[in-house]
Amino acid sequence: MSDVVIKSENLGKKYTIGHRAKNGRYVALRDVLVHNAKNLWHKTKDLVSGKPIIQGDTTEEVWALKDLNFEIKRGEAVGIIGRNGAGKSTLLKLLSRITEPTTGRVTIDGRVASLLEVGTGFHPELTGRENIYLNGTILGMTRAEIRRKFDEIVAFAEIEKYLDTPVKRYSSGMYVRLAFAVAAHLEPEILVVDEVLAVGDSEFQKKCLGKMDDVTKQQGRTVLFVSHNLTSIENLCKTGIVLSKGNLLLTGSVDKAISSYIRMFIDHENETEVRYRKDRKGEGKVRLTSIDLEDENSHKNIAFPIGSDIFFKINYETSAPIKNPRIILGIYDFMNIGITRFDTDITMGLPFSIPNKGTIICRARNASLTPGRYYVNIAFFSNNVLEDYLTEATFFNIIGSNYFNTGRTFNENDSKLTKILLEHDWKYYA
Amino acid sequence: MSKIIIEPGRTEKNYWADLWRYRELFIILSWRDLSVRYKQTIIGILWAILRPFLTMVVFTVIFSRIAKLPSDGNAPYALMVFAAMLPWSLFANSLAESSNSLIDNTNLISKVYFPRLIIPAATLITALVDFLISFVILVAMMIYYQFMPGWQIVLIPFFIILALMASLGPGLWITALNVKYRDFRYVIPFLVQCGLYVSPVGFSSNVVPDKWRLLYSLNPMVGVIDGFRWCILGGNSPIYLPGFFLSLAIIASFLWLGVSRFRKMEKTFTDII
Repeated sequence: MSDVVIKSENLGKKYTIGHRAKNGRYVALRDVLVHNAKNLWHKTKDLVSGKPIIQGDTTEEVWALKDLNFEIKRGEAVGIIGRNGAGKSTLLKLLSRITEPTTGRVTIDGRVASLLEVGTGFHPELTGRENIYLNGTILGMTRAEIRRKFDEIVAFAEIEKYLDTPVKRYSSGMYVRLAFAVAAHLEPEILVVDEVLAVGDSEFQKKCLGKMDDVTKQQGRTVLFVSHNLTSIENLCKTGIVLSKGNLLLTGSVDKAISSYIRMFIDHENETEVRYRKDRKGEGKVRLTSIDLEDENSHKNIAFPIGSDIFFKINYETSAPIKNPRIILGIYDFMNIGITRFDTDITMGLPFSIPNKGTIICRARNASLTPGRYYVNIAFFSNNVLEDYLTEATFFNIIGSNYFNTGRTFNENDSKLTKILLEHDWKYYA
Repeated sequence: MSKIIIEPGRTEKNYWADLWRYRELFIILSWRDLSVRYKQTIIGILWAILRPFLTMVVFTVIFSRIAKLPSDGNAPYALMVFAAMLPWSLFANSLAESSNSLIDNTNLISKVYFPRLIIPAATLITALVDFLISFVILVAMMIYYQFMPGWQIVLIPFFIILALMASLGPGLWITALNVKYRDFRYVIPFLVQCGLYVSPVGFSSNVVPDKWRLLYSLNPMVGVIDGFRWCILGGNSPIYLPGFFLSLAIIASFLWLGVSRFRKMEKTFTDII
């Protein structure tokens, strides 16, 4: 028996999604009817042959996960980190066999229990006692196993008095407690948990985290854990897997994973996003194609220590040279409060005419902002006409540094009290 | 320790073995459906008796008294109707339940793995229990009419299974389609309503002219109902064999179609439900 319990090789999952053809292509009623009839015919054909039916005129393939290779060892607690849409849920679904992969394979050594939701299959009409059996069986326990652990489950959930009350009369807290209690007493070799601890009061959350810690440390089971709460991942997990847009970014120690998650939050995504974003305003003769943030070593970055220089690198395109250009960069905090502005009209930053394609760089010196996230709005004028305008075109994070040379700094929790930091000193007279 | 390998097409290979491994889930799901079925109703399980019984009364009045249709041999008309009412409601209930089953269990399907076939299959049990309860009424009626069944009565279980299979085939197909197209939710009540009049429930299939008999047996329920009547009424209601085998063949092919379509679409359930 090897020490590796989960081994994933070239794992991939593809979804096919449908798009409706552009409006205005079918103008005449006859065309519309013909088009709909054709559509109906295709769908009926798919229906009869049992092929999956895709709504819409054109289809597009999307890889929710691609070429995932990783190994997980026995007794490890692994945190899976990634933004929304990075493929975390798809990965959990594949591991718990709810959906099949398109490519690759996973070898799992042992029984998997997945907890993608608290209280899966609970029936409101049934009593607490009945639901323990129902839910337990659904999660993969045998009846004998449930009977053996029944008292333990009831005690953990603290619902002794209401055992024979239908769960529809339970308070939401009791409901969650019962549901988690059943799940916590599963004894699979591998436990897959998705974000379930987001519910319930903090006291119970602590109890659950403790139980899960027990499961890995004392009983040597493997836990895969997805959460947006980085603190609980940090506390619970030793290793981390970082996913980004369906690709594996990194596997390693949880500290490394979390810092890479924070650092690589942006990758190259925003470059393309700006070019293709549709929610822009202005005449549109000039088009902003990308905004990149760089540090003083010309490395692309989004996390800047307090007091460092930030370079905003703006690319634009237009058909003819631009007369009288003007760019405004607006920096906003997470509550959309304006923090500062960079305006070429005020600082006379641009010449009277610029060519039809180029890069403009704005260097912001000594960014003494409180740690936190800041968003950048950008506007481009030509001859005082708004040509292109994007809100939240990009963002950056300010992270703590030794700005005051004391080893201390404000942190994100203070961001409601302070936005900017001024170099200052104190004097004392007696 | 069991080793699980996940790769494309893998579930396909272990399909029937998996189904067996999850038998406890099948039991508990049917138990759940059963115990929830008549919760918060006043007369509860009596509904299972009342519905077929009242339909039987109406049919007897309309077809026997008003339309003056003949019964099978010298069997009482009401008994003949009820002998058909039983398999028909078994079929209709299990078809209706199974075809809605996947949608009713969306949360299970999207959160836990198990062979999906368990869900529609478990609904058959509820219909079967309803059937067994109303079977008591049949026994009571036979005592009332002092009607002694023949040896054929021992073959009843075979026809019960046949009725269940007849509903499972289309039920599986429709429940799978229902996942994507909720249209089928409206098709089933309509289909069941029509079927009640198209099938020989209120009348004997001997009323159908001989030259149409074989064509009539294309309706799979004709075979099942005739079989039931034969079991209960004995020699009064002989089976028309060519028609019976045709019904049997139709049931088998529907079942095959249902299972194969279900398995084909099963893999995408979670992606579209």
